Amino acid sequence: MSVLEGIRIVELAHERVSWAGKLLGDMGADVILIEPEEGTASREYPPFLDGQPGENRSLYFWHYNTSKRSVLLNLEQNSWEFKKLIETADILIEGEPTHRLSDLKLDYPELSKLNRKLIHIAITPYGRKNPLSNAPATDLTIMAAGGPPWSCGYDDHNLPPVRGWGNQSYHTACHFATMSALTALLYRGRTGIGQFIDISMTAALNVTTEAASYSWLVNKSTVQRQTGRHAAVNPTGETQIQCADGKWANTGVPPRFPEEFRKLHTWIIDLGLEDQFPESVFLEMGANWEGQFDLSQIGTDDTITAIFAAGREGLKLIAASIDAYDFFVGCQNVGLAVGIVNSPEEAFEDPHFRERGFHVEVEHEDIGRHITYPGAPFNLPKAPWSISKRPPLRGEHTQEVLKELDE
Amino acid sequence: MNSEALKGIRICDFTGQLAGAGATKWLASFGAEVIRIEDPIRQGRWDILRGNEPFKDERRGINLGGAFNNHNTDKLGITLNLKTEKGKQLLTELIKKSHAVTENFAAGVLDKLGFGYESLKKIKSDIVYVSNCGFGHKGPYSHFKTWGPIVQAVSGLTFTSGLSDQPPAGWGYSYMDHTGGYYMAMAILAALLHRQNSGEGQWVDMACTEVAVALNGPSLLDWTANGNPTRTPEGINSNRSQYLQMSPHGIYPTKGDDEWIAISCRDDEDWNALADVIQQTWTSKYRSLSERIENQDALDQDLSCWTQSQNKFELQSLIRSIEVPVSAVHKPQDRIETDSSTENFHLWPTVTHSEIGEVRVDGNPVHFSESDWQMNSGAPCLGEDNEKVFIELLGLSKEDLITLKREQVI
Repeated sequence: MSVLEGIRIVELAHERVSWAGKLLGDMGADVILIEPEEGTASREYPPFLDGQPGENRSLYFWHYNTSKRSVLLNLEQNSWEFKKLIETADILIEGEPTHRLSDLKLDYPELSKLNRKLIHIAITPYGRKNPLSNAPATDLTIMAAGGPPWSCGYDDHNLPPVRGWGNQSYHTACHFATMSALTALLYRGRTGIGQFIDISMTAALNVTTEAASYSWLVNKSTVQRQTGRHAAVNPTGETQIQCADGKWANTGVPPRFPEEFRKLHTWIIDLGLEDQFPESVFLEMGANWEGQFDLSQIGTDDTITAIFAAGREGLKLIAASIDAYDFFVGCQNVGLAVGIVNSPEEAFEDPHFRERGFHVEVEHEDIGRHITYPGAPFNLPKAPWSISKRPPLRGEHTQEVLKELDE
Repeated sequence: MNSEALKGIRICDFTGQLAGAGATKWLASFGAEVIRIEDPIRQGRWDILRGNEPFKDERRGINLGGAFNNHNTDKLGITLNLKTEKGKQLLTELIKKSHAVTENFAAGVLDKLGFGYESLKKIKSDIVYVSNCGFGHKGPYSHFKTWGPIVQAVSGLTFTSGLSDQPPAGWGYSYMDHTGGYYMAMAILAALLHRQNSGEGQWVDMACTEVAVALNGPSLLDWTANGNPTRTPEGINSNRSQYLQMSPHGIYPTKGDDEWIAISCRDDEDWNALADVIQQTWTSKYRSLSERIENQDALDQDLSCWTQSQNKFELQSLIRSIEVPVSAVHKPQDRIETDSSTENFHLWPTVTHSEIGEVRVDGNPVHFSESDWQMNSGAPCLGEDNEKVFIELLGLSKEDLITLKREQVI
């Protein structure tokens, strides 16, 4: 039995909230996606299956809407059906403009009278009480407002700050929605009490910027963006290296323990690169160092500085000689936390994730195909995760659900 | 008053850094009793944030780290040397009184200390155990080590953040430490819910990289269903729209040093409204979406020339007034001090830390009408709650504690 089996979620279709519904649906909840007659807008978002636009071909919609049932309801005209549905629901998730539901007399004050145990989760750009939530916005502008781009980009500040792809403002708000839903369910399980939960997307980003926020909060210092590494108050050394095949790797924390210097030196010898690397002598010194290095001496003590520089240079030399994947695996086998900069598809195809069962085949019987989806973010062995249904066709379950309400 | 949401839940917590500590911070803010266990010999330095910058003032010390304080609000802190027999016995007693054990060590570390899932289960049959490490406990890379930036690199998120003709920009912070923590919180809560429903405990083996791969979004299906890769000869400009065709869509310079604004025109209507405000002849070159998409580089340049003579907040007001999506690229001080929306949302609560004093921290971006979160106390100093936990909870005496301290058990 999945962990949310028996929990019914009503989701008012909106691209900003769909990830939360999917996460909870894949945990076993019965997620009923309420769409307007013409279908929710994201059904027409690219990319499309085989590059052909058309109804029920949006891979965008598919990604965010597994394990859901689609019901076409116009809240203006079908408020009776909606209220009946709310009476049977445990959770409502929506991302409507701040006044829409209250104008329809379908907001929490009215809905909680129908169902005292209802957990109503509203996701808006600035929270329900802020009219700015109704201003037009996209992932890009929400991200800029919430903080991430300030910290992302390049050493060269003539280049603009960068917004990373992936709809991460939607994801981040939906992560808080999912955490909130589970927290509120635990509370309700103990007390029987439902509640209203107000989530701000920009606030979610504001507290998801690591040092950018807390450096200011603690001592009013401002981080500055740097190429491929953490934004920082004081500049730090490069961590991205281009490998022989042109792909990049992130070297993380360079060698700092004697054992790491020893293994790095051995690796350079094994690759036949020692002749090109006069600094090897410092790697040997690092390998034979007694006790721990005093890292605060880097930059002041000549020997320690030379040893650490040799560590970084040694990695660069190896990277320039081999492919990024071999560099990644080789470094990890030496004990260094290094990562290859994979593209999303390279990451997905990596044997590690395949072996962990991360590739999940979902049957789309309506088109006679199986589509591979990303699998569980985490799995509860006693209450397994699963994609219980392919993404629904527009209105596929309207009759089925309305009939259930009559019973 | 503390939140009632998770009242009565006790977490035996080994988490640290951000990827783990962030998860139990959420639980503590909703009223769970989170008991953070640290090694007295290493002064809890496994968590590299403990005693590290930023600092509030000129004082330095193991209890004064600003990031550590930010991620560990309202937790109890005890010291326990798990290399000693007595330390193991005390941990065993604590586990018996806990509902969940949480950690984000490298794979296998807790097992080597004698507290892997099989042992935990023997101590308390319905215990919830959640581990969060980079590649998980199973699979060919389970022995690999990660930090946030490594998770982001390996998973595809670094690659899809950047400008064309440049190396990846990636994420200038550990997005996946934050987000790994969020998923770890979900995993703990889901397992506690299962326990509430069925009485059963279990081990959830979370791999932060796996979480991250799924966050690439629909482009994954474009690969699996259509075979379309994101690695293409043209490269990526991630300030542009990823799926829907929108243009202009980017981050543009404004007046001043390193000041920027994000503008996205969703359709012709948005663009026409913006062009009306710009009132320059070059806008007529870009009337249709296809003209704008085909000439994006030139359009971005023309638009930049217009934006860079203007003040970012004034320009934001202007573009907002014509109902086109816009936002200043907020600096931390803009978000925290100037933009009243965060303060009005009570996003930066002030907590009291025993040594640091009063300091603001990241709050939660949510408000519950019935059992809202609270953040009152700063992170625990090393061993700050030893008396409370060992005496009040486990029934030891003050004399016992003196002996344990002398024997370097606590």
